[in-house]
Amino acid sequence: MNFKQALLGAACAMMMAGAAQAQISDNKVKIGVLTDLSGTYSDLSGQGSVVAAEMAVADFGGKVKGAAVEVVSADHQNKADISSAIARKWYDSEGVDVITDLVTSAVALAVREVARERKKIDIVSGAASTALTGKACSETGFHWAYDTYAMAVGTGKAVVKQGGDSWFFLTADYAFGHALEGDTAAVVKENGGKVVGQVRHPFPNADFSSFLLQAQASKAKIIGLANAGQDTINAIKQAKEFGITDSGQSLASLLIFITDIHSLGLDTAKDLLMTTGFYWDADDESRAFAKRFKEKTGKMPTMIHAGVYSSVMQYLKAIDAAGTDEGVAVSAKLREMPVKDFFAKDGKVRADGRMVHDMYLAQVKKPAESKQPWDYLKVVRTIPGDEAYRPLEKGDCPLVKK
Amino acid sequence: MFELIGIPPQALFGQLLLGLINGAFYALLSLGLALIFGLLNIINFSHGAQYMMGAFVAWLLLRYAELPYWGALILAPLVVGALGVVIERLMLRRLYELDHLYGLLLTFGLALVIEGGFRHIYGISGQPYAIPPSLQGGTNLGFMFLPTYRAWVVVASLALCLGTWAVIEKTRLGAYLRAATENPTLVRAFGINVPVMITLTYGGGVALAGLAGVMAAPIYSVNPVMGSNLIIIVFAVVVIGGMGSILGSVITGYGLGLVEGLTKVFWPEASSTVIFVIMAVVLLIKPAGLFGRA
Repeated sequence: MNFKQALLGAACAMMMAGAAQAQISDNKVKIGVLTDLSGTYSDLSGQGSVVAAEMAVADFGGKVKGAAVEVVSADHQNKADISSAIARKWYDSEGVDVITDLVTSAVALAVREVARERKKIDIVSGAASTALTGKACSETGFHWAYDTYAMAVGTGKAVVKQGGDSWFFLTADYAFGHALEGDTAAVVKENGGKVVGQVRHPFPNADFSSFLLQAQASKAKIIGLANAGQDTINAIKQAKEFGITDSGQSLASLLIFITDIHSLGLDTAKDLLMTTGFYWDADDESRAFAKRFKEKTGKMPTMIHAGVYSSVMQYLKAIDAAGTDEGVAVSAKLREMPVKDFFAKDGKVRADGRMVHDMYLAQVKKPAESKQPWDYLKVVRTIPGDEAYRPLEKGDCPLVKK
Repeated sequence: MFELIGIPPQALFGQLLLGLINGAFYALLSLGLALIFGLLNIINFSHGAQYMMGAFVAWLLLRYAELPYWGALILAPLVVGALGVVIERLMLRRLYELDHLYGLLLTFGLALVIEGGFRHIYGISGQPYAIPPSLQGGTNLGFMFLPTYRAWVVVASLALCLGTWAVIEKTRLGAYLRAATENPTLVRAFGINVPVMITLTYGGGVALAGLAGVMAAPIYSVNPVMGSNLIIIVFAVVVIGGMGSILGSVITGYGLGLVEGLTKVFWPEASSTVIFVIMAVVLLIKPAGLFGRA
């Protein structure tokens, strides 16, 4: 190659780079991880989600279309007003292009409206509410890791099929608990089971003995826990203490994370059925990701952490394919491109923003079955994505043409 | 089967017993608070954090020193109590001459710092702590299954409450303490070391919180915020019982446990509120509390 050719090549390359860069606003892609860094959900999302996002950016190469990719994070304290204020500041004056994690349904729904007004992207992995792909769906909004419907279908259906056909619900007395109870009760009835009663407990609540006794008196075969976090941990711990799990009644926890199992210990949590979007020990790819994640955080990733990684990676691929970071264009690409990574083997994004992927029905191992630290679950069944998630037409999402 | 107030009597007995068991925790915690307020005039807002530390020290002892429950039951309160002594010597001591509010602000700030520190190191999900083998299982009482561990909690709490009450009200040491609260200068004139006594009283009250924490560890999630929700209820208990009245706070602790237990049956959604409603009513009718001296 002579000097002239080289110069021409370099000039061409520069022009192309310049052209591509012009499509990336401020010549930078900024990913905002808005999460609970200090409260109830800080273990199952929190700092781990920030690390997961950074890992995805590093694995992508740190640059997309020649523009640097940066991860920023903030603590929303599980409050809707704080989170929408941060989201406005990020989108309007700090050049943030996408907000992710968004644990806590009230937070996710508040940020969804801020993002919609600005045609900016939000990808929810943390929150569970199906409203995000229902009435509150948006052209630039996505729901990645799981939702209450998938939890209800996964655990509810499996338990009824195994003979657990009468249910009593212990429900946290706020929107999330009611939604989870409602979704699960519907699944139980659809599959031929019946709901014999429920008790709504205050949130948060430390002592469950009274409620457990009521559940015991109901003679239901299954006690469904429509709560999360410390409430779930306390309920399971005390159910064992009161001999409920040893006397024939079974617990079905409708939303539980591997960090909760870690906190309970296998002796207390053993045999519990749960649905999850990700398990670190499922295959070689998930193990490889989990190992790297654990080196950075000291913990195994939850499905939220894995979901954040997967969604950030897919978002960067979509920018690469669209050649721009403009919200609507990238959203269109996200809906087109299949999701293939360690989190979603064969995922697809629907018109309502739901990323449909296979879920796992898992059972907590007995202490003797656990061979190494964090070896907690055995996968009982892989639930195909189309069965796990609410059918598109049933969600009342205005974007879905009927 | 006949029914009593809408539910079978068996279920009612069960719920009453459970209420009593929860009352045992309230009594144990409010005992320490009442002790500290009655004798030091300090509103100890870090009581919840000290309760949490008791549970965490028990877990740390098990995890790193393999010291089982019974050892922790003695050692953990001593560790937490010793920390209390340090806090009293370094900080609280300087506030006795000032308004109550300063003590409240200091201890509240300390609680936030302690909880934040534990959260930073151990995360929020909590740590596993099993019921000791000798207290596992339970007895079928016919109307309910009574876990052995809960029975032990009630017995231990009753013994501690009565013991503390007896020490304060019936012994010479208790008489000195009460006298020192009324008139420290005069008591010192008799050659009694009042500052040391005060320090040990605070340490003792804090140790009681730590002990309650150890007793809670096997049945509640051991996490950095386990005390912060409980402490508000316990404060209500102390206010209803009469600030500083030891017997009052013990009786109120058990009584409110029962009331809360019944609320959980008839109107579960209100069970977190009922205690505060009672507090408001008591304050309207008897501002000094049920057992307080106006």
